[in-house]
Amino acid sequence: MNTDTVSKQKTTSISAGEMLLKTARNRAFITGSEAVAEAVRRANVDMAIAYPITPQSESMHLIGDLYAQGHIKDYYRAENEFAVMAAIHGASLGGGRVFTATSGPGTLRAMEMFPVWAGSRQPIVCAFMCRGVALPPSIQPETIEIAFLLDTGMMIFHAENAQDYFDMILAGYAIAEQPEVHIPVGVFADGFFVTHTREVVMLPPDDLRLDAYNCDLAPIPPFDMEHAPIRMVRDPLLNKSNFVSYAASGGWHLEVLAAAERARKHINHYMGGLIEVENPDAKVMIVASGTAVSQSREAIRVMSQQGMTDVGLIKVKSIRPFPEKEIEQATAKASLILVPEFNAGGWLAREVKASIDNNKRVVAGPRVFGGASLPSEVIIGEIKKHQY
Amino acid sequence: MSKKIITPVKEFEDLLTPDYKELIADGPYNSGPKTIDDLGSFREIIEPHPHCAGCGVSLGIRLGMASLPSPEDTIIIGTPGCSYFALTQSALNYSCTAFGNQNSVASGLKRMLKIRYPEKHKDVLVMVGDGGVADIGLDYTLHSWFRGENIATVMLDNEVYGNTGGQESGMTVEGAILNMAPTGKKFPKIPVFEIAKTSGCVYTAKVTVASPKKLGEAIRRAILIAREVGPTYVQVYSPCPTNLKFPPSQTLAIAKEGEKSYYKYEEYMTDEAKKYLSRINES
Repeated sequence: MNTDTVSKQKTTSISAGEMLLKTARNRAFITGSEAVAEAVRRANVDMAIAYPITPQSESMHLIGDLYAQGHIKDYYRAENEFAVMAAIHGASLGGGRVFTATSGPGTLRAMEMFPVWAGSRQPIVCAFMCRGVALPPSIQPETIEIAFLLDTGMMIFHAENAQDYFDMILAGYAIAEQPEVHIPVGVFADGFFVTHTREVVMLPPDDLRLDAYNCDLAPIPPFDMEHAPIRMVRDPLLNKSNFVSYAASGGWHLEVLAAAERARKHINHYMGGLIEVENPDAKVMIVASGTAVSQSREAIRVMSQQGMTDVGLIKVKSIRPFPEKEIEQATAKASLILVPEFNAGGWLAREVKASIDNNKRVVAGPRVFGGASLPSEVIIGEIKKHQY
Repeated sequence: MSKKIITPVKEFEDLLTPDYKELIADGPYNSGPKTIDDLGSFREIIEPHPHCAGCGVSLGIRLGMASLPSPEDTIIIGTPGCSYFALTQSALNYSCTAFGNQNSVASGLKRMLKIRYPEKHKDVLVMVGDGGVADIGLDYTLHSWFRGENIATVMLDNEVYGNTGGQESGMTVEGAILNMAPTGKKFPKIPVFEIAKTSGCVYTAKVTVASPKKLGEAIRRAILIAREVGPTYVQVYSPCPTNLKFPPSQTLAIAKEGEKSYYKYEEYMTDEAKKYLSRINES
């Protein structure tokens, strides 16, 4: 435990375990964007880099304020999202803790850098405030960008609400910085629904912050010429066509994937599991992530009032690593599995289908996109169509 | 960096290659400033590399690497392309990830190193080809200059995309027939050197591999000035025999020709950079 003075406020640094699991919390009535800033305030971040895009901007404004107050050591607005993600990569190579955030088209603009982060084994935490991408253009809540990131090597957590967003960002640092993990994490929330909605969030005191990042525990030495020099390069060292270079590259890939596997126990520890299950023996199971979970919960409440009690819920918190075994187990007794989603592609339904036996039980929907909301009636209607 | 970090424990010493042993015993780390005049008298940072015969880029890199004011505290950021082949063979931190991102990566890295080592100069040097600076990375290069980042940028200008098989780049001379310019390039070389002066660079130099001393001095000055005054830029003409179809033995002759015409030596620095340079030269 160390004490320090930030912005004339005496702060105490503690472990992520203490911060997330042991410290008493106070009620706050804040938006999801504010919850992100509250997480970053307590995360002891060295550097953050921003670029504006709706609905992400507000959170990075607030993080700019944290920099102005002295909570973050460096912060700037870069020229576009690719530049942001590249500079965040550089800053992380330098051996410190970093944070950034983006949304929809910004995610796609920056796309090339995400596998670079994973391949460089960097514990970067990036918040994604999901929205539609062109074409047809939409700034409305949609989770399609998660589909693009599934195989980048990053861990992917999907928050249901502002409380999740706060907790998952801090847990993200704790998990990503484990020496045996040390890969980036994207913490996703549905834009507007979470970022712009005010709700009760339980926060640890604001004079606490995470212990500083220790780059000496990293599996890859930092780029500071104080450690033995290494190279972080796109191609294997020998480049071009030969077995040694293929083996070097392939082995490195496997190690990135293995790192995500090793994260599972830490996700269980810091986030209470990769999934949460309600009514596990139900014949109908809804599998959802993000705000589709809240809508499903409401559907279950309404159905229960109408006497339809045999409906359960699986909230998927970790998309990468994906909880195949947990979902298989939690759906073992279900005869109908519904996967409501806020996107046209239905990526979560595909993931679920690929994880379980007898996947004809899976209904890949209802799905809404382009700005449509997902009323509980639509979920109930879909269940009735197939079961009741 | 202390040489201790790369010095192996006694038990492992005999397992290392002769090159590595020489680097420790007779390399440039913590052994006082080396310049290109010392080339051949010490174990260089660069190991053997697979560049084509007569490659101007590899010569530019070798001369540049022999001119680093403090190699033990220098980190190189690159980008895909021919420069990669030699730079990966260097005993320095080197990053080469997505094409064109080099000045953004360098910006983040330099800032983080300032946070972590406020009392030390950690030199972040961007060393990349012309396509990386003038085409795909122009946006990021310019913005790093506008922001006044403390990084030195070196363009190894071979006037072509060499590694991908000889395509026209923005730095190709007008009229040159190359892949993707089957009827000749339709516009002149992008004036990156001129743009640098009006975009925040406090020191710029235009040199060729045919003038090693000027090249070495330019890179040394660019790195020193970038430490405290602001962004710097060196543009190095490094002709490519393979793709511009001249004999490998003619690289220096072609570079010398360039020096007489469109690649004349130029150096520019702001008054502040001049003062800084004379202050550190005196001390």
